[in-house]
This record gives sequence, C-alpha cells and structure tokens, in this order.
Amino acid sequence: MDFAPSFALIAPELVLGITGLTLVLVAAYGGDKFARLSSIIAAVAFGGAFALVAPAVCAGASGPDTLAFGGLFRADAFAGIAKLMIFAASGATLVIAPRFFEKIGWMKTEFPILILFAALGMSIMVSANDLLTLYMGLELNSLSAYVLAAMLRDDERSAEAGLKYFVLGALASGILLFGMSLIYGFTGTTNFEGIAVAVSGGLNTGMLFGLIFVLAGLAFKISAAPFHMWTPDVYEGAPTPVTMFFASAPKVAAVVLLTRVSMEAFGTQAAAWQQVVIAAALLSIIIGALGAIGQTNIKRLLAYSSINNVGFILIGLAAATASGISALLVYLAIYVVMTIGSFVAVLLMRDADGNQLEGISDLAGLATTRPALAWSLMALMFSLAGIPPLFGFWGKFVVFQAAVQADMLALAAIGIAASVIGAFYYIKIVKVMFFDEAADTIKGEGDRPHWALLLICAAIISPLGYFLTPWLGNLADMAATSLALPA
Amino acid sequence: MGGFPILSAMLAVPLIGAIACLFVGANSARMIALVATLANLALGIVLWVNYDIGGAQWQFQEYHAIFAGFAYALGIDGIALMLIMLSVFLMPICIGASWTAITKRVGEYMAAFLFMETLMIGVFAAQDLFLFYIFFEAGLIPMYLIIGVWGGDNRIYASYKFFLYTLLGSVLMLIAMLWMANAAGTTFIPYLMEYDFAAEAQTWLWLAFFASFAVKMPMWPVHTWLPDAHVQAPTAGSVILAGVLLKLGGYGFIRFSLPMFPDASAQFVWLVWGLSMIAVVVTSLIALVQHDMKKLIAYSSVAHMGIVTVGLFAFNVQGIEGAMMIMLGHGLVSAALFLCVGVIYDRLHTREISRYGGLSINMPAYATLFLLFTMASVGLPGTSNFVGEFLALAGIYQINSWVAFVCTTGIILGAAYMLYLYRRVCFGQQVNDDAAAMPDLSKREYLLLAPIAAAVLWMGVYPESFLAPMRADIQWLDERLAAAEPESDAHLVVGEPLPVTETEHDVAEGEAH
Repeated sequence: MDFAPSFALIAPELVLGITGLTLVLVAAYGGDKFARLSSIIAAVAFGGAFALVAPAVCAGASGPDTLAFGGLFRADAFAGIAKLMIFAASGATLVIAPRFFEKIGWMKTEFPILILFAALGMSIMVSANDLLTLYMGLELNSLSAYVLAAMLRDDERSAEAGLKYFVLGALASGILLFGMSLIYGFTGTTNFEGIAVAVSGGLNTGMLFGLIFVLAGLAFKISAAPFHMWTPDVYEGAPTPVTMFFASAPKVAAVVLLTRVSMEAFGTQAAAWQQVVIAAALLSIIIGALGAIGQTNIKRLLAYSSINNVGFILIGLAAATASGISALLVYLAIYVVMTIGSFVAVLLMRDADGNQLEGISDLAGLATTRPALAWSLMALMFSLAGIPPLFGFWGKFVVFQAAVQADMLALAAIGIAASVIGAFYYIKIVKVMFFDEAADTIKGEGDRPHWALLLICAAIISPLGYFLTPWLGNLADMAATSLALPA
Repeated sequence: MGGFPILSAMLAVPLIGAIACLFVGANSARMIALVATLANLALGIVLWVNYDIGGAQWQFQEYHAIFAGFAYALGIDGIALMLIMLSVFLMPICIGASWTAITKRVGEYMAAFLFMETLMIGVFAAQDLFLFYIFFEAGLIPMYLIIGVWGGDNRIYASYKFFLYTLLGSVLMLIAMLWMANAAGTTFIPYLMEYDFAAEAQTWLWLAFFASFAVKMPMWPVHTWLPDAHVQAPTAGSVILAGVLLKLGGYGFIRFSLPMFPDASAQFVWLVWGLSMIAVVVTSLIALVQHDMKKLIAYSSVAHMGIVTVGLFAFNVQGIEGAMMIMLGHGLVSAALFLCVGVIYDRLHTREISRYGGLSINMPAYATLFLLFTMASVGLPGTSNFVGEFLALAGIYQINSWVAFVCTTGIILGAAYMLYLYRRVCFGQQVNDDAAAMPDLSKREYLLLAPIAAAVLWMGVYPESFLAPMRADIQWLDERLAAAEPESDAHLVVGEPLPVTETEHDVAEGEAH
C-alpha cells in the first residue's frame, strides 16, 4: 500500500502532531520558561496548518481522491472548512491566553501543547470517515479538554469544572461507544460508506438504537439540549481563554462530525434522525434562551447563549439538504467570530488591579466609562440576537432559508419565534451597559492583542460582514456538496 | 438627474454624520447632526423636484447584486417619495427639539437619530425584500437606545416592551419573506408586487405580514407598547416614533399585504375592519380619560391609525388616497403636538395636564400654534387631517356604511378629547403659579413649529401637491385589487334616467356657445 498520498492528505494534522510532540520534549526539559515561546510556535503551527488546508477548501476538494488510509480518513472541502475554523479559533486562543495566565502566574508550557492536541483531535474528528477514526479524534480532543478545564488547579471552580466535564464527558463517550458497537453489530462495518450501504434498505431496531445512542453522545459534545447540563458549570469554572476555546473550536468539530455521521452514514434514512435533530434544535433554542434570563455571571450567560446558538445550527442540519449544510457552515463561521469576540470582551473586563470581573452588574454604565468596549459588546449582543444589520442576522437568515426551502415551515416559525425570547437577555446586557448608572469597576487596561482581536471580530460582525457573504456562501456551498450526499 | 445615485446619497449623508457624531464633543455633534439632516432635506427637495409625475412607476432606481442572497436595490414610487419627504422634513426638527433638552451623551444621541434617518429612508427606498427587512428591523436598535438612555423614569420597561413587541411581530414576516423568495424565485419587490401567489399560501403569508405591520401600526389590541414608548421617550423620540415609525406599518400594508396578497386581503377584510373600529372607538375613549398629555396623544395616534387601516382596506382609490393623506397629515400633526408638549415639558418638567392651565394668558403665541395643531388633529377643514379623513371615510362608505358610521364617531370623540385637552391646558384660570410664570415660545421653538404649521395648512388647502405624485401608484394598486374587491353593502339600484327632451338639450348647447 502506498502511503504517500495519504500522508499528503493529512499534512495539516502531521504539522500539528509533530509540533505538539516536539513541544512536549521542550516542556519536559525546559519547563515553564519556554511557555511564551511554545505558544508562539504553536500559533505558527496553526498558521501553517491553516495554509495547508486552505487550497483544498478553495478548490472544493471531494471524491475518492480525498480518502486516506483505506477510507479511514477523508480530507474533503467539508472537513477543510471546519478545520479552517478550528485552527483560527485555536490560534486566537493562543494569542490571548498567555497574557491572561501570566497575569495570575499560571502560564504553563502545557497549555499550548494541550491546545495543539485538542485541535489535532478535532481535526481528526471532522475528517473521520469511520467510526473508529471518529472515536479516536473525539477522545484525543476530550482528554485534552478535561485537562484544559482544570488548568488552574489551585482554583476550586476550575478543578470542579474539569471534574464535571470529565465525569459527564466520559459518560457521553460511553453512550457513543455503545451506539457505535450497536451500529457495527447490525451493519457489520464501521466505515461510513459501508454503513450507508447497509442501512439503505431501512433501519432495523438495533440500527435505530445505535443511531440514537450515537446522536445522544454527540449531542452531549455540542451541548445541545437535553444534554446541555454541564455547559454552564464548565464554562463558568474554566479559565476564560479556555472557555472561549470550548465554546468555539470543539463545537465546530462536533457539529461537523454530527453532520457527517447523519448525512453520509445515515443520509438515506434522514427521516429517522431528523425528528431527533428537530427536537434537540427546538429544545436547545428554548432552554438556552430561558436559562440565560436569570444569570448574573456573564460566562454562564454566554454558556446558555451557546446552547441557544447550537439550536439554530441544528435547524440547518434538520433540513437535511445541501443548502441546509451550507447554511450550517455559514452559521458556524459567524458563530465562531461572535463567540471569540464576546469572550475577548469578557477578558477585557478587569478592575484597577487587573483582576478579572465576570458579573453582569460590573458592566453597568460601561457606555460612559469605556465606550469602545461597550459599543463592541453591544454589536456582539445584537448580532447574537440576530438583529439586522449585524452579521449574526445573516447566520439565522441562511439557516431559516434552508428550513423554508426544505418545507419545514413549522420548525422555522417556532424557531424564529423562540429567538425573540433569546433577544431578551441579549438586550438586557445592552441595557446594563447603556441605561444603568456607571458602576465604574472596570478600570483595567486591556492588552493590545485583545483589543486587536476584539476589533477584528467587531468589524466582521458589523454590517461590513455582508461583503463576505458571496465568498463565504460559495465556500460553504462547495463544502456542502463535497459531502457525499445521498442522491 | 443623470446617473447620480441620489437615494444612496440620502442614505450615506446621515450615516456619515452619525459615525462622525460618535467621535466629537457635544456642540460639534449638534452642529453635525443639524447640517446632515438639513443636507438630506435639501436632497429630498431635489428628489421631489426631479420626480417625474406621471412618468415611470419606479424612479431613481439603483441595482447592485453585491450580496449572496439579495441585492442592493433602491427605487421609489410616489408613495415612497411622500414618506421619504416626511422623514427628511421631520429630522431637522427633531434635532432642533433636542438642542437644549439633551445634555448627556449628546454625541451618541445625535448618532442614534442619524442612524434612524438612514434606516427610515432605507425602508421606503428599498426594492429588495431582504434589504427592506434589514432596514425595517435595524430601526429597533437606535430606537431602543433612544428610549432607554434618554427616556423618562420608566424608560427601561418601555424600551424592553418596544423592542420585544416589535421583534416578535416581524420575525414571522421574515419566514414569510423567505417562503416568497423561494416560491417566486426573486427578491425584487416590484416583481413580487405583480406575482400571483397561490390563494392558500396567501392566507398565511398575509397573516405573517399582518403580525408585523399590525404591531408597527399599531392596531388594537397590540398597540399597548405605543403609549409606554411615547411617554418614556424624549420629545424628539416621540416625534420620530409618531411621525415616521408608525407609518412603516401603513407603508407595509400598501407595499406588501395589499398588492402581493390581494385575495387574502379581501378574505381578512373583516378582521382589519373589526380591529380598526374597536381601535377608533376604544382608544378614543381611553384618550378622553388620560392625565398625561403624551399618553393622550399616543392613544389618539392609535385611533387615527385605525382610520388609516380602514381606508387602506376600502379597496378603492379614495380610501387608499385618504389613508396616505392621513399618514402624512398625522405624521406632521402628531409630531407637532409632541413638540408642543415638549415645549412646556422643558419648562415645568411634568406632563400632568392638571399642572398647567390658562397658558393662553402668559403664552399667547404657543396657545395659538397649539390650537392650530389641535384643530388639525380634530380634522378641521383647511388642515391636513381633514383631507385624509374625509377621503378615507368616503372610501369606506362605498364598501360598508356601518364601518364608516363607527369610524366617524372617532372624529367626534377626537374632537372631544383634543378640545378637552386644549381647554385644560390653555384656557381657564391660571391655577399654578409656576405654570403661569412660563415664558412664551423662544425663537428656536418658533423655528421648529412654524414649518410644520405651514405644511399642515398647505396640505389642507392644496392637497393636490401631495396627491399628484401618488395618484398613478394608487391607481395601479386599485387595478391590482379590483379582482379581489369585496362586495359593497350598499346594493345601489340605478334608477331610471329622466327623459331628456331635445329642446332642453338644444338650449343648453346654445348657451354654451
């Protein structure tokens, strides 16, 4: 067997893996004094991986040429576009995290390494063309993530977040594995194409159970309701840069993976999983919106916001059409930008001594004391609420357009009506910042990379983002068609 | 006009002004806002002068397909032209009204108003379904800030209510728009206006649009956000809300519901009439018992809008022309009334009617102008609202005399609550010393009220200037609706014509020579 083409296809993963292993050695021998340097090297590695993936995405790679290692791994445009988002989000984490950790004296060389391995795991997840590749990528990502959540091991909340994430994550992995074993048992294969052939004549009870268990396991990873319970606790407890990472990259990976399993392996049996996805979508939108209302901690609020957003993303999947998948990718890209922007804004909430603040009440009157931060955060909140002309509207627009084109009017109508509930807490943040008397607790200066990242995110979600729509839509369309859709 | 993109220029001028306002001090922001709005007024006048009455249905068109799902398509007909004129006319007045009343965060305030102007012009000029939606929805953001930051004591409740109410109304419209774009294969509004949607689909599409426009209008029973928003908003905010934002609902009916879904419009005509009749009577009665001046005018707006919807759904030229004239007239008159309230609010900082009294003694000029606008609101012949209300009621009378009867009582009740308000504020004894000591209008306040007074009289005495640009468009709409028009309840029987003798005819002809 000639492995050269396969290695060429996994070049981005090789870059990340080799960099990660090298940095492990650096960490083992050099210790924490190389922490800064390791971060920079890791960020460069992400840049390199990004550059390696980009051509395949722009060319809309698809077909048998994208299969590596005898069909275990698929490097098509669909995986590629997800990788671009994952690498960009991971790179952004590495840009902002060192300053956060240095301030509290916890900058460890392990941090960039864990991010590298987590991203490698995600990269494998999105390219998985086999249940075993899927599981390998997922676990590599999850194990790195558990450690990342507990990064500040002296901080009780961080340790609690890590433990909670681990226990519930392990349970979800167990459910997923059980589902996979059922699917393997009833179809006789772990390969997605093989499964697609095996189920094309209809699902028997065993296959159906397997499918449901796999969906439940993956729903946990994307924190879709009703498997969302861990999200607010983990997001609150984990260090803010890590939370930002959790809310962006792994979500992309898990959603894309879920899409691939649903569309490629079970594409012929869409009716079987559509109802599950629809229920999860509507529940996520409603629970995400209602749960956020009473929150006083901004990180918990953003956690519920991410649950809410996953609901909208799942509407794109529920459509089960190429335009639905394209809409899902567009929404994901916008969601990543909004998430990174929001968490960077949270990182910029510091008191005079440079300590992080997380209370929503600390934002009071920010418009008078810190206009730039307040206006950026306002744009992000209205964008998350999906109010035009901000770019977040476009994500909702394409998703609902796909649902309407797939004749799912009731789903679209209920989903969009529930989005009004979500608007309530987003405008509450705006109210606190703009209408309330200044609390004047946020005094600390931000760092230049934080501001730069915030302004980039704000520029993308501003109405200027609409100029990206032809380009973004084109890439997403190519990626969606590269997915082997059932005829 | 050659190729000059005047509509884009009218969108750009306030937008650039708004961005500039964010970065400068209070005084410069005031000046920038005034200059920008006056420049836009000048552009608006150029637009009106160059509008070719009787020419193409759509003029000043611009089209750039730069976005993935929709196009940047602008263009106006006579109806849009008149509403754009109303917006650009009121904006400098709003800025003037806030000149001294707003002292905190002036830059942001002016920026919010200028953003608002861009969005309002955009709504009226948009020729693409989704471009329209973006402008329509985006207006929520600046208005939310205007009410919430610079409003009265209960501003937070009012701003939430305004935002969520109107958002819930319009999201369903988005789903309907997506379906329409999918079914018709285009998002170009002039094309959609002539597209015949299947009758079954029209029903739910109409309802989805109705949910949005009825809230914006606002129609009874979804009007409750309006009194709260009006009372809490600063004076200029109320002016823009009553003057232009309420017109978005009526414009939506004219542009979308009626031409795109004529069958459904006819099918739901009882719903619109019923809600409008209730609105006219109930909200007029509510207005009669208000203690707060702004609330009273807010409820009167709901009543007037009831007559607008009745006129629109009269399915004839008179009714629709009347509805448009009420919208324009009400835009001016209610704006002026809110300014009048603002004038005395700035002096005494209360809107309680009982805190005033006998103002005609110490503020004669104010009392005169206030009387003019009160009379215009009542619909006195010679003022703008008379023309509109008369046409609208004449239009509905042809279709249904009972609706006309009930809605006409609104005029009587309108006279009652407005004259009662005027009596309590301006006539009688000077019971409150502080109110009696208030100075008369300042030069700035004159400058704000006098142009509106002139426009109100112009519209009342020579409405042809305003009706002429809209005539062809309303005619077109009437023809579009002709097939669906509901049957009149009048059952007119054409009588036998009297025998005409040859001699009489000859005599008549002879006289003519």
